[in-house]
Amino acid sequence: MNDLPDALTRERGLHLLGEMLRIRQFEDRCAELYGAGHIRGFLHLCDGEEAIAVGVMQVLGSGDAVVSTYREHGHALARGIAMNPLMAELYGKRSGCSGGRGGSMHVFDAATRFYGGNAIVGGGLPLAVGLALAEKLQGTRNLAACFFGEGAVAEGEFHESMNLAALWKLPVLFMCENNLYAMGTALARSESQTDIQAKAAAYGVRAAAVDGMDVFAVEAAVRSAADHARAGRGPVLLEFRTYRLRAHSMFDAQLYRDKAEVEEWRARGPLITLTTRLKAASLMIEDDFQRLQHAADDEVRAAVEFAGNAEWEPVEDLARHVYAEVTS
Amino acid sequence: MSDTVRMTYREAVKQSIREALDDDPRVFLMGEDVGKYGGCFAVSKGLLEEYGEERIRDTPLSESAFVGAGIGAALGGMRPIVEIMTVNFSLLALDQIVNNAATLCHMSGGQFPVPVVIRMATGAGRQLAAQHSHSLEAWYAHVPGLRVVEPATIDDARGVLRAALACPDPVIVFEPISLYNMDGELTAAASEVRLDGARIHRAGRDVTLVSYGASLWRCVAAAEELAAGGIEAEIVDLRSLRPLDDATILASLRRTKRVVIVDEGWRTGSLAAEIAMRIVEQGFYDLDAPIARVCTEEVPIPYPKHLEEAALPEPKRIVAAVRGLFSDAQ
Repeated sequence: MNDLPDALTRERGLHLLGEMLRIRQFEDRCAELYGAGHIRGFLHLCDGEEAIAVGVMQVLGSGDAVVSTYREHGHALARGIAMNPLMAELYGKRSGCSGGRGGSMHVFDAATRFYGGNAIVGGGLPLAVGLALAEKLQGTRNLAACFFGEGAVAEGEFHESMNLAALWKLPVLFMCENNLYAMGTALARSESQTDIQAKAAAYGVRAAAVDGMDVFAVEAAVRSAADHARAGRGPVLLEFRTYRLRAHSMFDAQLYRDKAEVEEWRARGPLITLTTRLKAASLMIEDDFQRLQHAADDEVRAAVEFAGNAEWEPVEDLARHVYAEVTS
Repeated sequence: MSDTVRMTYREAVKQSIREALDDDPRVFLMGEDVGKYGGCFAVSKGLLEEYGEERIRDTPLSESAFVGAGIGAALGGMRPIVEIMTVNFSLLALDQIVNNAATLCHMSGGQFPVPVVIRMATGAGRQLAAQHSHSLEAWYAHVPGLRVVEPATIDDARGVLRAALACPDPVIVFEPISLYNMDGELTAAASEVRLDGARIHRAGRDVTLVSYGASLWRCVAAAEELAAGGIEAEIVDLRSLRPLDDATILASLRRTKRVVIVDEGWRTGSLAAEIAMRIVEQGFYDLDAPIARVCTEEVPIPYPKHLEEAALPEPKRIVAAVRGLFSDAQ
């Protein structure tokens, strides 16, 4: 765990930490804004899972497609969706990245090929298969990266999609964020086989379990998986073992798990451990952390201001975008 | 009338697929048994040999995955034609159709239209019993974000795919199982089909029959029988089930003052109910008689021929419904 990559520079280490801090600060503020009534609907935070979002996005190129879940703020920020339109989306404003139509669970962005924000568990996997098929048919080297939680592997769409992607050797990265709880249902209470990466063998899909709390482990695993997929050798399943440190949503009393378990995982949180490791390797000092935190704070503050000042979509536009607005 | 070719409905659909594949390299066909087998109803027979595995793709029996993959491929720049064997099987893909295809454009604020075409067989008449014979068009027509069409004629079967592929929205194309073997004249100039327009299939002054799909031909048979008794029925072929072409229906009603809706769906919560309500809302004072409906009886479609026929909106039931509007002192 304390082995840092040989070639790791101070800049690189601070960049990764800064990216994770942005997510953490953004979402901590979101929780407050939820309490204050500025953000409504369901709000799912990824506290504890930031290393996966940041690690994965270090590898993806601008041509790659991303399909995500309803717990996607981290993916969106790490992918490069700016904080202002993301926060405006959570407010439901027209300058939100989905025009305010989606909210927290449905973040979309054409510029970064971010295809949602899918709030039907498992529902995004077939889309990723299709996006990868489109890339293959168009002869590109782009891939489709699909995030889902371990709860999704109980869905038929997981198995159908794994099979189809393997059968057609499609460049899909199936990226399972195993945070051990599907809402309030522990993995062992819902799966006969809890070693999720082992399921890939049934489809002849390459797979690995990865420490999802370690951004370097995530990045290395994704790099290898992406090389495999881009070389036309088919999909890869990566099971990132992680933990959700906050509640499932803002309505969750967390009756299904022990506080001691949460605290145990908190000590393994990706920000704490990366900070400790970088300091131990003399790649950063406390001042660096403060500086990154202030920068993230400033960015969040600006985003909150932007979202607060942003305009609501006029009610007359209610029916827009149900069908495509053809401009040709 | 001059330039016509005789072909079956099946052949018309196949020709439209062939034309689409020839015209646009982004088009491909996928579904269960569309390739090696030649299509469950032989629509795509021979296309695998002609166009190859990349463009005629056999899929596993994974309706949700391959329909979802069609949606994803459409998002990724392709123009997929996804074939589902029957509407009953499409229920396994409802999540993808309703939660993704119909919503992504809206939820993304217009960034991600979904130009996918999903074809499926529908309806009864071949003694295939209750898991292959239903008419669930109304369920899809209920959903904003989808476009739903059902060609009933050779010309429309030939022309609808071009319009559907040119449309940036998800289009569900229903093909009535009982029409695949129907043959007729294809009009050479019939390639332009609108996705949202009904058409007058038969002109008449006394009563309007509003219908779609296989029931169009039940209406035609009924109209012939009615004509022998001196009642001239006008037949509106809806073609598009979402959006509905209210204007054409209401214009016909203004001419005839009476309307019977013939719908192979079950009566409760049916398209017939929706159409009737639109007529009440917009054309109540044009009515000289109550609106009548002939729908499928509310049973799962049974296997024996006599029971299947009894369940469906057969011509004799249509004739009786029309005559009912002229009995008493209307």
